[in-house]
Amino acid sequence: MFTRSILAGDRGGQIMLGLLLAVTIGVTFANQFLPIDHALHVPTYTVTLLGKYLCYALLAVAVDLAWGYLGILSLGHGAFFALGGYAMGMYLMRQIGDRGVYGNPELPDFMVFLNWQELPWFWQGFDQFWLAMIMVMLIPGLLAFLFGWLAFRSRVTGVYLSIITQALTYALMLAFFRNEMGFGGNNGLTDFKDILGFSLQSDNTRIGLFIASAAALAMGYLVCRAVTQSRLGRVSVAIRDAETRVRFIGYRVEKVKLWIFTLSAVLAGIAGALYVPQVGIINPNEFSPLNSIEAVVWVAVGGRATLFGAVAGALMVNYGKSYFTAAMPEAWLFALGAIFVLVTLFLPRGVVGLFQKKSEKQQEAG
Amino acid sequence: MATVMATTLCRYPAWVLITLLALVSGMLSTAAHADSSFDQSMKLLAEKSFKKKAEAVQLLATSNHEKSLEMLQAMSRGDLYYHKKTKAIVYAEKVDGGYQIKDALTGEDLGKVGKRKVKKVAINNKLRSKLTQAMASKQLGADSAEVRLQALESMLSDISADSLPILQGRQKLEEDKDVAEVLAVAVALAQLEDKDEAVRVKALKALDGSLYPAVRIKVTKLVEKDSSKVVQKAAAKVVKTIESRVDLFGNLETLFFGISLGSVLILAAIGLAITFGVMGVINMAHGELIMIGAYTTYVVQLLMPNSIEYSLLVAVPAAFVVSGLVGIAIERGVIRHLYGRSLETLLATFGISLILQQAVRTIFSPLNRSVETPQWMSGTWEINSIFSLTLNRLYIIAFCLLVFFVLHMILKRTRLGLQVRAVSQNRQMARAMGVRSEWVDAMTFGLGSGIAGVAGVALSQLTNVGPNLGQAYIIDSFMVVVFGGVGNLWGTVVAGFSLGIANKVMEPWAGAVLAKILVLVFIILFIQKRPRGLFPQKGRAAEG
Repeated sequence: MFTRSILAGDRGGQIMLGLLLAVTIGVTFANQFLPIDHALHVPTYTVTLLGKYLCYALLAVAVDLAWGYLGILSLGHGAFFALGGYAMGMYLMRQIGDRGVYGNPELPDFMVFLNWQELPWFWQGFDQFWLAMIMVMLIPGLLAFLFGWLAFRSRVTGVYLSIITQALTYALMLAFFRNEMGFGGNNGLTDFKDILGFSLQSDNTRIGLFIASAAALAMGYLVCRAVTQSRLGRVSVAIRDAETRVRFIGYRVEKVKLWIFTLSAVLAGIAGALYVPQVGIINPNEFSPLNSIEAVVWVAVGGRATLFGAVAGALMVNYGKSYFTAAMPEAWLFALGAIFVLVTLFLPRGVVGLFQKKSEKQQEAG
Repeated sequence: MATVMATTLCRYPAWVLITLLALVSGMLSTAAHADSSFDQSMKLLAEKSFKKKAEAVQLLATSNHEKSLEMLQAMSRGDLYYHKKTKAIVYAEKVDGGYQIKDALTGEDLGKVGKRKVKKVAINNKLRSKLTQAMASKQLGADSAEVRLQALESMLSDISADSLPILQGRQKLEEDKDVAEVLAVAVALAQLEDKDEAVRVKALKALDGSLYPAVRIKVTKLVEKDSSKVVQKAAAKVVKTIESRVDLFGNLETLFFGISLGSVLILAAIGLAITFGVMGVINMAHGELIMIGAYTTYVVQLLMPNSIEYSLLVAVPAAFVVSGLVGIAIERGVIRHLYGRSLETLLATFGISLILQQAVRTIFSPLNRSVETPQWMSGTWEINSIFSLTLNRLYIIAFCLLVFFVLHMILKRTRLGLQVRAVSQNRQMARAMGVRSEWVDAMTFGLGSGIAGVAGVALSQLTNVGPNLGQAYIIDSFMVVVFGGVGNLWGTVVAGFSLGIANKVMEPWAGAVLAKILVLVFIILFIQKRPRGLFPQKGRAAEG
């Protein structure tokens, strides 16, 4: 019932979630029950790839919530994504136990390598799954809250905000590159063995992670949809369009911004946490400003302020990336650059805008 | 000690003989220099004992035989051998089954001998430092003041009372001012070993404030080791002044590095201060325009490989034109359609930056290209023994100030500058007054981009020229402009220098990366406090 009321009037969302459900069931079935030589069999490699795309899609939804509905163009959402990923990575590192190269039951390999004697305080407790999961949401959320609290209160807006979010993720990247930080420095965290006792190499675990990513995307979508349909969401759209006016009417603009920005960061963190066990590594490059901007492009391609558009954009651009980097690696950056330019010049409302324009015209006519 | 005495005494008759022989032979032939101490040293060199060899070196140092310096140098290089039987000092060259030997003094070829027949004049570390001393004191008599200065400076580290006579003798003759100064230091250093307390104190006074590391080491030793309390006290005082001066120059050096980093930041940011600051366009491809400037330098050097010295003079205008044209193309092609939509401009220009990067990768390969530094830019300017400035950094600082000055003049004194300011303050009104705002936009953007290209020429002298050159500077550039206050060239300069200096001041105790992170965090927090930067633009234009 609840779901239906959220999705009322959201044709795109209904289609998207329906497709997501169908694909999840279909892929799971095709991977698990069809024989390997069957024409419709989906290899585990593809399942993992799809799972990765779904994580990107959740990140795109998070970016869209902040950019599309609040007008904050964050060039630092990759930082929240990576922080969530690092929290998950820390849990996975602790799960390795004494199976590492140095066989130390307490310390991850890179700490042994650096001659550290004991686990730093911020690594304590990460062997507990529940705590790691709380941290996945808490750390990006807390950073976004602090950052937003400072930035929104002093009314830093527009491009200034974009530039300092970029500086934020850049600073974090530099910080995580340092060995002294205790997050594996340059190499990051890798060589994961298992999650909750299931081996990360096994097909079943990979299918499980894929399903979890799909579920997280669906939940994330519904939450964002619910928020944007709520009073809070309406005020937020009003802020996007005329911040000063909303403030003069008497709304606490800073609070609205703060909550939505924080929620968006938490979603990005969850996406990162699901991403890491599927790709098997997290390193400081995830903080690179380029990643954050790429996420913005997914949203721009799909269509701003349409949550399902963000999902569609993320899937399309990433499929394109996989295709191009395999077929003609030289061309990918040209293509990505061209997408940036062409979409902003000719498709300000993204691919979804193309369809919406048509249906609006039909409505007007009818 | 006793054994040494004994052997010396035993050898005494032989010495006398040799001396006599030398005298006789000297009288007989005018070609060979009559110098007993020289010949004596040649005998001593063939001894196994290092002590003997040290004596030989001492003798060679005071001898005024024309070959004495050559012998010392050959010995320190390890080229000197002696014939086991004849004890003649020879140069030997390894050939099949033995050595080809040559008399070290006359250069006469002595033919091939067996491997066992000759032996190297071996030296140890103690002897090596004696040799250096000896060679230095020989070179003190050189005609060129530069050679004398170098010789003196290399002597300072192990000067002793023994060298005092040579030094003082030299002091009387010395005419060059710089050399005389170092000589005075050297004399004072030697006098520190004097038995007379008053002389030591006087020497300490002469050394007060001297920055040579050798002085510091020696005087620091005196503070504890000297027998006299007075000298100890004086030495402590000298150490204190020396240390405070060293600190002072250390700080000056940090300041210099900071200013040099700051001018790099300003160069990278000043074009952005035009496009972002004056026009309000977020140009994420700014870094790539810098990169294009750097690659233009590379291409210019490829085109004129024989005149690298002048290549930079050609590269500066070339880079300005190339980057400026690319900038105008970007403005006309893309940005023009996005005025008033700054977030979209940001995305589109970022796309352009990716395309430019990949284009450079495809054309020039993804590897770094090497850009040569002209002769006149390399080298250092030594102010004193612990403080020297590298010339290329000095040039960059000067270049940065020049670029700023020119840009300032363009904006304040030319018609284009007037129009640029008019359009940036009130576009509608400017148009009403007959300013072609579209043309002004293109020219302004071209100007900013061209300056970025010029910055690229400067950066090509400091860092690797590669496809990622621009990316490395884009965030820093934005930070400088935002920190300084948008629309304010002076703000950019102040911001650039203060960020550069802050970075270098923090580096010694925080490390390079952490210093950079701290600066970034500081700016992020600063923007929260003063969203319009250090020097906000006043008036209505700031509200836009």
